[in-house]
Amino acid sequence: MTVIRALGLRKTYGGTVALDGIDLEIGEGRIVGLLGPNGAGKSTALQAILGLTPHEGELRVLGRDPWRERGPLMQDVCFIADVALLPRWMKVRQTLDYMSGVHPRFDRSRAEALLARTSVRLGARIRELSKGMVTQLHLALIMAVDAKLLVLDEPTLGLDLLYRKRFFDTLLGDYVDQVRTIVVSTHDLYEVQNILTDVVVLDRGRVALSATVEEMEARFAELTVTPDRQEAAQALGPLSARTAFGRTVMIFDRVDRERLSALGEVRTPGLHDLFLGLMARRPAEESAA
Amino acid sequence: MSHDVSSRFAWIRTLLWLVRRELWEHPAVYLAPAAVAVFASLAQFASSLSTGDGRRDATLAGAEGSVPFAVHYQISIGVLVITSLLVGALYCLEALQGERRDRSILFWKSMPVSDLQTVLSKLAIPALVMPMVVLTLAVSMNLLMVALQSLAWIMTGYDPRELWSRLDLVWLWAALCYGLPFIALWYAPLWGWLLLVSAWARRAALLWALAPFAAFLIMEHMVLAHSHIHWALERWLGGGVIQPYTIGGDGRSWIDGPADLQPWRLPTLPQLWVGLAAAALLIVLSVRVRRARAPN
Repeated sequence: MTVIRALGLRKTYGGTVALDGIDLEIGEGRIVGLLGPNGAGKSTALQAILGLTPHEGELRVLGRDPWRERGPLMQDVCFIADVALLPRWMKVRQTLDYMSGVHPRFDRSRAEALLARTSVRLGARIRELSKGMVTQLHLALIMAVDAKLLVLDEPTLGLDLLYRKRFFDTLLGDYVDQVRTIVVSTHDLYEVQNILTDVVVLDRGRVALSATVEEMEARFAELTVTPDRQEAAQALGPLSARTAFGRTVMIFDRVDRERLSALGEVRTPGLHDLFLGLMARRPAEESAA
Repeated sequence: MSHDVSSRFAWIRTLLWLVRRELWEHPAVYLAPAAVAVFASLAQFASSLSTGDGRRDATLAGAEGSVPFAVHYQISIGVLVITSLLVGALYCLEALQGERRDRSILFWKSMPVSDLQTVLSKLAIPALVMPMVVLTLAVSMNLLMVALQSLAWIMTGYDPRELWSRLDLVWLWAALCYGLPFIALWYAPLWGWLLLVSAWARRAALLWALAPFAAFLIMEHMVLAHSHIHWALERWLGGGVIQPYTIGGDGRSWIDGPADLQPWRLPTLPQLWVGLAAAALLIVLSVRVRRARAPN
């Protein structure tokens, strides 16, 4: 089943093009990392998917038009659009009461069980909680919803390392299964790289890369070369090259691994290095254009 | 069919939860009128203690020009109604702007709640909840006032039964029940306008709400050199109270008993229906604006 299907998704703010005709198809059970530099259009794409902003082009989420049917769509979709945005005047208990009241798929006892593992007290007001605790609360609320699609837009921005790790550990340990689809946009590539099944990289409003993790492993290779073989490696056209401790590490796209292994040590690049590698291509493209 | 009924039930259930949510966030909706009610009761008590014997004796004797004992009760209800209108206006100005200011709109919009339900729940506060708050508080306040005034009479050596025989509280409350639904409907365009401004304005909602009228009135006086719109606006502002509570809605003599009530006249006022149509339009616009608005 297709959870998200976008065809020629486009969005402009005044004269600025935020999304420049995106095609996207995300199936059930996929965990998609939506990556890209600031201003690439990640948030705009997620806002369109969540029905928070009108758009041009075709977009269906769980078979619905999110802009026209946001209310009913939200029975099956959960999102954290920003850290620490729960209403500050509310008490923790009120958030549980409220969601029990309006959300047919909210399981209060599950939320309470998740909260019991944190230091968030039910009687506390949200304004009294730290940013990390608000995020824990929001995550507990969302994980207690039996949703088909979870959208996370920079859910850990501004949190310290410990809370960031705990956030993704909780998500991974208790939420991820074969049925739920997750789309997450984040700069925490180290934290998410082991849970993703797919990666979509946006750049200046366009899809720069859309691939499954398996496809990426087959496609991209990281080569560590010694200085004497550097020229030969350069001739194969790496995406990027960086030098550390006298060795040069290069990332290649669609270059035969056997040819590379003759030049040095070959590995599958981490998401972080791959992302930097892809972005390193940008100035070259711009000067060529 | 049964699905239809259950989904309609769910729709209303959600709406009730949204209204409850509004009361959590804005307790001033009932606390402010409650504070006024307590203050009015205490003021009444203080006044009963200090009223000179002469004045009270004159009233008991039915002397000419004496003040009926029910007057304070009427005034306190009137103050309560006006307080609720002011609180309702301030509430509406904040209702759709606050959620964008603190970005919590992103949380509210992550719920399976439509923009129409949200705006209707906010309209329900001044149009439905506040009239009920006023009625409840008016009855409680009047009972408290009677108790305190009776105490004051006993303390100053008067027989409180004389007071009770001269107070017709049931009539006051009946008159309040008669006027409150009309007041709620009459001011519906006001709530609609304030909600629209609240949904639209990034800040200074009060200013945006008043500015168009101020500009229009100044223009009318200076350029067109007449004041028809000025007077129409003023008649409308007072109309919510003048129509039900003056005889024939003439704005000159207050109603004095059940015989003066004209329940059939109020629903036939064309201004009421024009106002309701305007309110419906303003609410539809508020829903559309709220749907498209991002956090500030």
